[in-house]
Amino acid sequence: MSKPTRGFVGRPHAARSNRLPPGQYDTGRDFPTLTAEATPRVDPDRWTMTVDGEVATPHTWTWADVHRLPASEYRGDIHCVTTWSKFDTRFGGISVDLLLEAVTPLPTATHVLATSTTGYTTNLPLEHLAGGKAWLVWTYDGKPLPREHGGPVRLLVPHLYFWKSAKWITKLTLLDHDVEGFWERNGYHNLGDPWLEQRYHGD
Amino acid sequence: MATTISAIPGSNSAITVTEPARAPAGGWGYARVREVSYPTARGVRIRVELPGRINHLPGQHYVIRLTAEDGYTAQRSYSVASAPSDPLLEFFIDRLPDGEVSGFLADIVEVGDELELRGPIGGWFVWNGTAPALGIGGGSGVVPLVSMLRHAAGTAAADLLRVAVSARSLDELPYADELAAAGAVIALSRTQSPTGRPAGRLAAAEIASLVRPDQTCLVCGSAGFAEAVTGLLLDAGTPTTAIRVERFGPSG
Repeated sequence: MSKPTRGFVGRPHAARSNRLPPGQYDTGRDFPTLTAEATPRVDPDRWTMTVDGEVATPHTWTWADVHRLPASEYRGDIHCVTTWSKFDTRFGGISVDLLLEAVTPLPTATHVLATSTTGYTTNLPLEHLAGGKAWLVWTYDGKPLPREHGGPVRLLVPHLYFWKSAKWITKLTLLDHDVEGFWERNGYHNLGDPWLEQRYHGD
Repeated sequence: MATTISAIPGSNSAITVTEPARAPAGGWGYARVREVSYPTARGVRIRVELPGRINHLPGQHYVIRLTAEDGYTAQRSYSVASAPSDPLLEFFIDRLPDGEVSGFLADIVEVGDELELRGPIGGWFVWNGTAPALGIGGGSGVVPLVSMLRHAAGTAAADLLRVAVSARSLDELPYADELAAAGAVIALSRTQSPTGRPAGRLAAAEIASLVRPDQTCLVCGSAGFAEAVTGLLLDAGTPTTAIRVERFGPSG
């Protein structure tokens, strides 16, 4: 454990919460944005979502196609590696399970590389995208997802640090091995579990 | 340039990600505070000695972690202001209202204290001095650009780096004198600049005059600043892929 810092008391105990993973603080009503790139303008009419790689039948959906799938909502907390957490968020879209079921992952598929329209990538073990853990979302609090938060559509994997929830998602590629994504190559942890405080490479 | 992301076409067999040398990265350690000064009304400049530190690339950051007697911790990321060759590590921290960490660093820390920190971190928002770059910073977003300028000073790399900065007034611009001396374009939104530039945010024409076809643009500042500047860069014909952004939000 770290040595105490002279003179540091920290927030009052009442402001701390067992809903906060270690090292996180409650950002309250703020919803900070953190992106490494220029915010793109993604036209929903030209946007597509592809799931390919180690699958039986790769498939590409249009904006209209994904909206015809049964809706699903996430209500809960999100955690950013830059130490803010936001409680009681509400995102609407579809479960990633629907996309995976449609393409039938091959038994060899173990990992996924998510790619955004900007070229941003992030990698996840397949088991962290399947089984009700991940969504494709296009609303926040019932309204269209703002561009700076990844609108018109982003990946949502709320049990991991938020850089895994790729903004402006356009593709999931199933792989039979792990490939590091953007932040994973740039000093951040490969999995990013906030409860294990897996922030940086080597944590 | 530390990282290249190539286009990723449709099938998984075609995924080609250029794997560059990893940026330097260091683990947790304890640094001794050697200098504390208050160059702006809200800001504190802290210089620390970290034994055995790994040299950073300009643009990288450190995490500072504070620990209370009861084990409670709070940590935030701060860009390095010093050049890699500086024997001390320098940080500039803006004191945020109700800032749990920035308030402590601005009000409590004194020379001789020990601070736990980790770094360097980050391989994206960096400049190693070998390729043309345009750095644009708003408010305390100038800090990583100061590291870049110091790194380039007196070498051939100085010709590769152009810097434009923005703040509400000169009093609120960290490293104002140093930036002016290095030839940075200084835009003050509320007051006339020392060079006679009228009050106003960085204008499209100012940005356009700094844009070159072969340079990487490094934009650092608040989300609003970064959004506005990247818009101007894109309008001036900069490709999205040439823009790297470090946005900072309200993270106390």
